[in-house]
Amino acid sequence: MYKHTFQTKEKIIELIFGFCGMFSLFITLGIMGIIFWETTLFFKEVSLFEFMFSTQWTPLFSIKHFGVLPLITGTLLVAGIAMAIAMPTGVLMAIFMNEYANAKVRRILKPVLEILAGIPTIVYGYFALLSVTPFLQKVIPSLSGFNAISPGIVMGIMILPMVVSLSDDAFGAVPKEMKLAAYALGSSRFQVAFKIILPAAMSGVIAAFMLAISRAIGETMLVAIAAGMKPAFTLNPLVPIQTITSYIVQISLGDTPVGTLAYRSIFAVASVLFIITFIFNVIAQKLRHSLKY
Amino acid sequence: MIVKIVNKGHYTLWRLRRSHMNALRCVHALTILGNKNRYYMEKHIFEIKNLNIYYHDFQAVKNVSVAIPSYVITAIIGPSGCGKSSFLRSMNRMNDLIPNAKLTGEILFHGVNIYDPLISEVNLRRRVGMVFQKPNPFPFSIFANVAYGLKIQNIKDKAMIAERVEESLKRAFLWDEVKDRLKKPALELSGGQQQRLCIARALAVYPDTLLLDEPCSSLDPLATAKIEELLQKLKKEVNIIIVTHNLQQAKRISEYVGFFNSGELVDFGPTKEIFERSAQSMVGRYIQGIFG
Repeated sequence: MYKHTFQTKEKIIELIFGFCGMFSLFITLGIMGIIFWETTLFFKEVSLFEFMFSTQWTPLFSIKHFGVLPLITGTLLVAGIAMAIAMPTGVLMAIFMNEYANAKVRRILKPVLEILAGIPTIVYGYFALLSVTPFLQKVIPSLSGFNAISPGIVMGIMILPMVVSLSDDAFGAVPKEMKLAAYALGSSRFQVAFKIILPAAMSGVIAAFMLAISRAIGETMLVAIAAGMKPAFTLNPLVPIQTITSYIVQISLGDTPVGTLAYRSIFAVASVLFIITFIFNVIAQKLRHSLKY
Repeated sequence: MIVKIVNKGHYTLWRLRRSHMNALRCVHALTILGNKNRYYMEKHIFEIKNLNIYYHDFQAVKNVSVAIPSYVITAIIGPSGCGKSSFLRSMNRMNDLIPNAKLTGEILFHGVNIYDPLISEVNLRRRVGMVFQKPNPFPFSIFANVAYGLKIQNIKDKAMIAERVEESLKRAFLWDEVKDRLKKPALELSGGQQQRLCIARALAVYPDTLLLDEPCSSLDPLATAKIEELLQKLKKEVNIIIVTHNLQQAKRISEYVGFFNSGELVDFGPTKEIFERSAQSMVGRYIQGIFG
């Protein structure tokens, strides 16, 4: 009898734990379900062909066009600028921390990077709009007040800590014996860093890049504030653009009635966003798990 | 005199550093040329004078003075933690990589003090190679592993690299086993093969001396026998200093033995003599398994 109650208790506990474990899965599936359901409703009214190949995005105008390309180019443009800054800087910083810096410098640098990672994105947004853009306008007079390059640069700084700490982990996972072997063959520190550690940790570094890209693509506040709200099918970083995320902000904050086409369009672009970041995350996960010696 | 020149500025310092290293290279060239008639050559490869090595406050090596003869296998034996690995690492300045390691005394390599501030440890390590306890190939192909040492010396001639890789693998008795899969990852090889690959990798840059830090301790007896055979052959071409825990191995392969105990070099001499020490001496007791 005693044993029986004990088992029931175990069963209940197991059920509760199982439910907690499943919770995140249910939430994810629920969000995905809603997004894809609204997306299918959207595609009942707009053809997939127009969505994918039209170069105009004017859902709020009287003549509506639903070509997602301007939003995608805007998103990739900002993310591309951010990565162009964060990739080289981040990897070099990680190499510096791993191979060149002594324990003292490391002790200072790591917390500073963590502080950088902890700054709210809205602060970055105003930093881009009110500090970086005016500064850049002195260098490039034709730069408009809202543009892609300024939030791109600031986003590069924002994702830098992520690139550094993930690549730092990858470099740290390279066995010490390998470095010793390289030194014993007469490698300079530079050669050890770039010919041994970097190639050996390459998959981890690329995984770091992938996660940083998906973070950059999903970043909202920064671009909503500093990049403008004007969808443009262009790769010119000097003019206002709109990203997928800032379009979603625009619609969800505006007075678009529920159930309209404009309302449904945010679910369609959200699906695009979801698919892009999902692909990058999967690649990153694959690469991180292949990091074995 | 050197101080005077140094005061003239960085450029002179750099020139001096170059010429100093060139002198070291010339000596090395002599040793290569002297291979055939090596009896005319200097008798000692390393001369170590009053060597002390400290880690923080711990003294790992205590006042060691010894001359290591050339073109024989010299084995370093002794109980764990007796400073023999530290001693070995000091000979190609691998100790420099350990934070807080401090060294006093002189180590003359072909008569040049390798701890002279003008000597570049990078160039020194190209002359004095090292093989470690655990096989540590790079995560590249077999070919790229052996070619690495040449590539970092800016050798671009592909035909020459290929030739040198083949030669080194042959010298390390590995060629027949890997010649059909040079492009395969080195980490797919067995432990013994990996260790021979590490030896080939070290040989590819034509070192003058090879330091081996317990190279067989993670290998099975067959792989060990193969490496011992290999070392016997190699000693005609390079100087070999090997740290080993395996006394039988020291007896089998070495001509000279140094016995370390708690940081001191207790005994050094021809292997036969050392192994005939009576049980009264510390070496005798260690060798006969009474302590250690």
